[in-house]
Amino acid sequence: MITRALFNLSDTGSRIFLGILLAVAVLVPALNLLVPETSAFHIPTHIVPLFGKYVCYAVLALALDLVWGYCGILSLGHAAFFALGGYAMGMYLMRQIGTRGVYSHPILPDFMVFLDWQNLPWFWYGFDLFPFALFMVFLLPGILAFVFGWLAFRSRVSGVYLSIITQAMTYALLLAFFRNEMGFGGNNGLTDFKDILGFDIQAQTTRATLFVASIATLALSYIIARLIVTSTYGKILIAIRDAESRTRFLGYRVENYKLLAFVVSACMAGVAGALYVPQVGIINPSEFQPANSIEAVIWVAVGGRGTLTGAALGAVVVNFLKTTFTTGLLAPYWLFALGGLFVCTTLFLPKGIVGTISSFIAHRKAVKQQAKDASENRIPDAAE
Amino acid sequence: MTDKHPPTNVLYLDGVSVSFDGFKALNELSFVIEPGEMRAIIGPNGAGKTTMMDVITGKTRPDDGTVIFNDSHNLTELDEPEIAELGIGRKFQKPTVFESHTASDNIRLALAGPRTAMSALFGSRDHIAKDRIIKVLERVRLIDHAERLAGDLSHGQKQWLEIAMLLAQDPKLLLVDEPVAGMTDAETEDTAILLRDIAQTHSVVVVEHDMDFVRALDVKVTCMHEGSVLAEGSIDAVSANERVIEVYLGR
Repeated sequence: MITRALFNLSDTGSRIFLGILLAVAVLVPALNLLVPETSAFHIPTHIVPLFGKYVCYAVLALALDLVWGYCGILSLGHAAFFALGGYAMGMYLMRQIGTRGVYSHPILPDFMVFLDWQNLPWFWYGFDLFPFALFMVFLLPGILAFVFGWLAFRSRVSGVYLSIITQAMTYALLLAFFRNEMGFGGNNGLTDFKDILGFDIQAQTTRATLFVASIATLALSYIIARLIVTSTYGKILIAIRDAESRTRFLGYRVENYKLLAFVVSACMAGVAGALYVPQVGIINPSEFQPANSIEAVIWVAVGGRGTLTGAALGAVVVNFLKTTFTTGLLAPYWLFALGGLFVCTTLFLPKGIVGTISSFIAHRKAVKQQAKDASENRIPDAAE
Repeated sequence: MTDKHPPTNVLYLDGVSVSFDGFKALNELSFVIEPGEMRAIIGPNGAGKTTMMDVITGKTRPDDGTVIFNDSHNLTELDEPEIAELGIGRKFQKPTVFESHTASDNIRLALAGPRTAMSALFGSRDHIAKDRIIKVLERVRLIDHAERLAGDLSHGQKQWLEIAMLLAQDPKLLLVDEPVAGMTDAETEDTAILLRDIAQTHSVVVVEHDMDFVRALDVKVTCMHEGSVLAEGSIDAVSANERVIEVYLGR
């Protein structure tokens, strides 16, 4: 099984992808921490978490590609899993503030003191412990995906109907988290974090470490997703995407296959959210916006649906463009640019960046092979 | 279980009715398929042929009636994967194969074996039965196309690949919906030979419009009309039946 796993990770795409991740994981912290600020090669400290944010988005895109690209489940609710993971991490970070909050309450976060609450709500218990919070980062999105998926896939909700109800799910959570009574800081969300695992969250080294942790998560998510899609299970996922009823009439329980992929994907999105929060310093209900989920779909489509590497690349490319666009004169036009990008991708690059490149390479290989076959066939002819 | 003795009927339908919004797709449909039998089912469009297959394979629940498989399993209480596991395979009207997989992977996924998500995730199907895949593909003459993507195959080849997937599944009963639709005359002839060959070892129900093809199969024919059996017997008897000529064959 291990040799098979190694074999499935030895393709060119995986090697290039994991190689780039390793290089970035070494270069970015080195250029930030070791190279003096006066040097042209120095990466400013405020850029490191920005890159870290891109990497978290790449993990989210990878999670989405696993269900959309390989199983045809177009989820427009992955922001919900991302945000839930983010909230679990945010709750841990809030409880680390302790007496350093504005109201200096030893247990209650500032917003609870402000709301005149006397006791910590029961669902905040345990979040002062990092292992518990980490467990919740997986568990909360996983449970939501399991319950939602179990109901939806058993009832055979699919296609555009599934997309609509996933969107409704994330919107319902958005409205719920907006309410102060929910106990998650309402509109403002969770912010003013001080430290993580005892390290100052603003410190240069903490930021570099979080960046490396994000890269490691992306690499691990890629390896897991790649092993899943190259297994027999992955082949059946693709079979479901291509011909769901055929798969069912062959005796496969399609709903279980979909559910497993959906839950794994949701957990991955949750981890992405958990790494995102300490790097951007805030989590609030706007992370649940359906628009965020739709943006994630665009990243996957631009990079190349059903390629995994493409999803990650698309997330980084589109978000880099977004940062460039929204910080200058072009800021008002970003949404037009994003929409235009999606339309152009659909029209001119239906396989996305990576999908187009790999089919180009495959085509050239086929042409070469044909030429080779032709020349080999000619030799006996010439001998005659 | 009755499996020790050969069952008296592979398939037993009695008084099966299905209606969609008041339209009776099946109306007290009853017929019996014996072990090893091949049956051709003909009838005009809307006669309920595909609905009948939906009922047998668990896609549609009948409003009324019983459907018994191998004398022992009540199919109206089971769903598609359970019925497939019991040993009923189905070929769709439109060829339905896994287009992004190779022909041999299509067969590999169809081969009998564990079907749960966990066994697929941690077990490998690669080691099983390479020779079985080859054998099945040889039987439908697709062995030269084993490593081609199913999506790149011609229409007729896809039809055969789907039949091959049913063979790999090794069901006791095969339901085949319009296998020669869109095929050339030569392909149609080959398909008739293939199905007759398959019928040596399996029970087969074939729904088909092509009367020449049905004649080539040379088996008992059931003509359906408005959701029930209109006539049953040899192809000559059925095609000489006054009612059949009136509603289906035309004068």
